[in-house]
Amino acid sequence: MADASYPDDLLYHSEHDWVRIDGEIAEFGITWFAQDALGEVVFFDPPEVGSAVTKDQPYAEVESVKAVSDVIAPLSGEIVEVNTALGEKPEAINEDPYGAGWMVKVKLSDPSEQEALLDREAYEASLQ
Amino acid sequence: MRRRVADASSQTLKRTPLHDRHVAASARLIPFAGWEMPVQYADGIRAEHVAVRTAAGVFDVSHMGQIETTGPQAGALLQRLISNDVDALQVGASLYAVLCREDGGIIDDLLTYRLAPDHYLTVTNAANHERDLAWFQKHAAGVEAEVADAIDRYAMLAVQGPRAREIVQTAADAPLPARHTVAERTLVGRRAIVCGTGYTGEDGVEVLVAPEDAVSVWDEIVRRGATPAGLGARDTLRLEACLPLYGNDLSEERGPIEAGLGWCCKEDTGFVGAEAVRAVREAGPSERLRPFRLTGPGIPRPGNAIAGGGVVTSGTLSPCLDVGIGMGYVPADRADVGTAIEIDVRGKTREAVVAERPLYRKERDG
Repeated sequence: MADASYPDDLLYHSEHDWVRIDGEIAEFGITWFAQDALGEVVFFDPPEVGSAVTKDQPYAEVESVKAVSDVIAPLSGEIVEVNTALGEKPEAINEDPYGAGWMVKVKLSDPSEQEALLDREAYEASLQ
Repeated sequence: MRRRVADASSQTLKRTPLHDRHVAASARLIPFAGWEMPVQYADGIRAEHVAVRTAAGVFDVSHMGQIETTGPQAGALLQRLISNDVDALQVGASLYAVLCREDGGIIDDLLTYRLAPDHYLTVTNAANHERDLAWFQKHAAGVEAEVADAIDRYAMLAVQGPRAREIVQTAADAPLPARHTVAERTLVGRRAIVCGTGYTGEDGVEVLVAPEDAVSVWDEIVRRGATPAGLGARDTLRLEACLPLYGNDLSEERGPIEAGLGWCCKEDTGFVGAEAVRAVREAGPSERLRPFRLTGPGIPRPGNAIAGGGVVTSGTLSPCLDVGIGMGYVPADRADVGTAIEIDVRGKTREAVVAERPLYRKERDG
């Protein structure tokens, strides 16, 4: 696993999720900090396309060898796509958390919620 | 992200003599049975697991406890306490056994080494050590035997894997003891008790040294090629090998027959709990501890319910087989190898099959 990184073009949730917003669609994943804390991810259990996610509530599970963790939704909406490649290759969450490790794409129901998210600087400060 | 398995603890944690070595090797330290122990090092659980299966790993198991029982009636005391036949234990040999309550519930599972005619060393599980010690001392009243807490006298290292013996041998003054036997040796100039035992399903040794010698011995074993491995890999290795873990697979709530440990119970020796164990053996247990593997996706975890009765007591993803594996108690009439079972993994039904022991065998699965 490479060194810690937190891209500038993403927004962050305090439960260690990132969000990449493109219009009314947002891509979610977990941060470098989260994957490092988990250790090697060996299983990702995605939600179903069409299901609703609610800001601050769990929407998926991610498992390391030792532990199960809930992944928390940074924003609310409806799942329009899941990263099915993670079924075969969950280690992408460790190897490329902001790229191949993306988890779901969500059609946002309340874009104003993003005002509560953190920018890179604020998120990194929260890790100190 | 919210972790479902809590591992936080506010108590003051004990540290082993190798703590600085773990920190220097970027170990992730977790509270375990009152100790701060490495769960993994920088390369992760899978890499450590594979190192033990293909070469050698070294584990700091200094959290494990030791009880020394000495004196003319030391053997008789142990015969009364532990389930296996202590009279048949020769000097230089080891004996696996359980410690039972009167009702047969398991207090701990233990390895006992006979170091001299009237000198026995028993290795306890960290979480149970104080309770075991009190149990030993209670039963030693009026017996010509002395029970001593030896946990502070020893650091303990497990060197495991196909290359483990060769690595330790090059640091030793004499041939290492064979599997299941014990001998005093000098390792890198330090006095050590070397045991041909382990908890990974691989060949190897466990080494007891004075705490002040632990760093020298550890450094030398690592320098000669053993990979430091943590409790995470220890758990996946022992589960692939179907070795039960106290607190998960073994508890006071169940007895040794249910747990598949009838082979180490010799009721005729009259150990505490023998009559209860005999009754279960004769009547047949209502449930049995069985290994299983998932036939589809998912990872079983302790506490998951098994449909139709039963519960998972250990579960993980097998690094060698790359499927979910585990052990759990199932009804005796559904315990045959090949029986299909369904496991409720947090609301999702996962298909599994009762499997042969061990779950992983190099010749078959490697």
